[in-house]
Amino acid sequence: MAVVFERTKGLTPISTHYCPGCTHGIIHRLTAEAMEELGVLDQAIGVAPVGCSVLAYKYFNCDMHEAAHGRAPAVATGIKRVLPDKFVFTYQGDGDLASIGTAEIVHAAHRSENISVVFVNNAIYGMTGGQMAPTTLAGQRTTTSPLGRDPAHAGYPIRISEMLATIPGATFIERVAVDSPANVRKAKRAIKRAFEIQLEGKGFSLVEVLSTCPTNWGIEPPNALKWLKENMIPYYPLGNFRDATKEEVSDGQ
Amino acid sequence: MAKVLMKGNEAIGEAAIRAGCRYFFGYPITPQSELPEYMSLHLPKAGGVFLQAESEIAAINMVYGASGSGARVMTGSSTPGIALKQEGISYIAGAQLPCVIVNMMRGGPGLGSIQPAQSDYNQSTRGGGGGDYRLLAYAPASVQEMVDYVQLAFDKADEYRNPVLVVGDGVIGQMMEPVEFRATAASDLPPKDWATTGTGGKRPPNIINSLYLDAEELERHNIHLAEKYNRIKENEQRWESVGLEGAELVIVAYGTTARIAKSAMENLNRQGKKIGLLRLITLWPFPEKGFAELDEATKDLLVVEMSMGQMVDDVRIVNEGKRGVHFVGRSGGVIPSTALVEEKILEILERSE
Amino acid sequence: MAAKGRVTFSQDQCKGCGLCVDVCPVHILALDRESINAKGYNPAYCTDQEKCIACTNCATMCPDLVIVVERL
Repeated sequence: MAVVFERTKGLTPISTHYCPGCTHGIIHRLTAEAMEELGVLDQAIGVAPVGCSVLAYKYFNCDMHEAAHGRAPAVATGIKRVLPDKFVFTYQGDGDLASIGTAEIVHAAHRSENISVVFVNNAIYGMTGGQMAPTTLAGQRTTTSPLGRDPAHAGYPIRISEMLATIPGATFIERVAVDSPANVRKAKRAIKRAFEIQLEGKGFSLVEVLSTCPTNWGIEPPNALKWLKENMIPYYPLGNFRDATKEEVSDGQ
Repeated sequence: MAKVLMKGNEAIGEAAIRAGCRYFFGYPITPQSELPEYMSLHLPKAGGVFLQAESEIAAINMVYGASGSGARVMTGSSTPGIALKQEGISYIAGAQLPCVIVNMMRGGPGLGSIQPAQSDYNQSTRGGGGGDYRLLAYAPASVQEMVDYVQLAFDKADEYRNPVLVVGDGVIGQMMEPVEFRATAASDLPPKDWATTGTGGKRPPNIINSLYLDAEELERHNIHLAEKYNRIKENEQRWESVGLEGAELVIVAYGTTARIAKSAMENLNRQGKKIGLLRLITLWPFPEKGFAELDEATKDLLVVEMSMGQMVDDVRIVNEGKRGVHFVGRSGGVIPSTALVEEKILEILERSE
Repeated sequence: MAAKGRVTFSQDQCKGCGLCVDVCPVHILALDRESINAKGYNPAYCTDQEKCIACTNCATMCPDLVIVVERL
């Protein structure tokens, strides 16, 4: 008899504050498991954001630093420049990273800051009560786009991975989703690869994880996964947008 | 060590490096740009890191990260840039981290001017960002003092786990004066066992944080901070007093303005007047103890500032109505002349007679 | 022949979201409508332990890490 699945040591035993069916819990697990498997938990410093995952510092079983809204990449930069041999990651939502913290993420990528970013995109501001996010889909109803997001008024949703992939310093950019067991396993591989890139000293890595918000979307958790698949993935296609470590190999051939 | 001639902003950089500062995150802004320029050249030679951030906001948040990881770290800016940094400063104060922030004040509000001013007094002494917090704020009046207080600022930041402001203005940043870098005695500072450096498997995780969702928990935190600020008030007030004994009138000023005030005082004393000077070295804590030294003979206080009058409010508070409190100032980058100060003093003395 | 497994839930920590229920290929998971846990939810449970194939799909989707899977 063998245990094939149990709770990772990368998370504290605390039960999270997340709503039922919120996939933050899955993404926390993947992040923590990747650190545990790479043996970096005792060398890790995580930076928590503002938003639903503001309390991430209570859940990751490693040193943690709570940042102001959007500033996690700058805080992580400060930490990494002091401790270049330690493992530094940020965990940020879409309001945090793609709106108020756009400058910080773009410039961290431009500097190819040797940090890893787990970017959770659920197309809404969860913590503040379901307002329109930069990633809210066209037509999607939120508490600040009650008639649905009108691109003529509020612009189109921002595709962070595609944008960051144009930056020379962005070593690894991949978009994954956690809507099915198969996709969750793929997400884990991407996060682990992103972390390895930092450990190899190869620079900035980011994994965008499409996630749900059953509460603020107003959709039951299992159906929220379907909504993600049917609505988000067509606009936010999954896949690797940049892997400069592979480009280096092909350039050399 | 022999004295060297240095520009104020560069002397700050050198003093910081000698104080063990190895990290500087900044953004160019007049009139303090010589500081990041100096750091960009000299910090790497000292084995440190200078990084030009994408914004003032990013710079202060890099300071937040570096400080949380246990480093001696500094940033510098001027009025509009310091306004942008307030978010991060509030977080750093809330999380009780040490760092040194230099503000070479210029005229405001808004984009204001690039000329010297002292109109960030309220911001410097009332926290500046959101929440119940205070910064220890030094206001040196010469390049030598700048050097001395930058070194002290790092020790005090570590001692109290609190950001420390060093406040100057365009004049002090730009002027060249001979300075001596004195070796400071090693302070007995507490270990940074709270720093996020990785657990190494040897301790539970450290968390750097300013979030307390439970109201009573946050209140306890604020009470703890207030107790710390009270200790700072008790132990860290600094001022210089000149000729208080028998003075009819005492000028209250700090920084560049105190130098002008001193000249005015000397001119009038040569004419037989009895004028004293109380120069603030700490803006916060406000040197109340200095005011306790005022002579019974002193009937009037004249506050001189390069602003429309900010410190004058604190002088009124500490004065408790005992003496006349008067104000003269110039703003917008105009430096008050000694003649203006003398004229105002004579006017006050005439009225009192 | 599929592996035999055992799936156990920390029912007190379960938030009753049902993400595990839908992804079970052998349909042996359900929310227990008869009981309410300390958090106030109907916790997930296994209706037929014998049929578990230790695929870990349920644990993979569980946001609250309440599931342990063993291969027998």
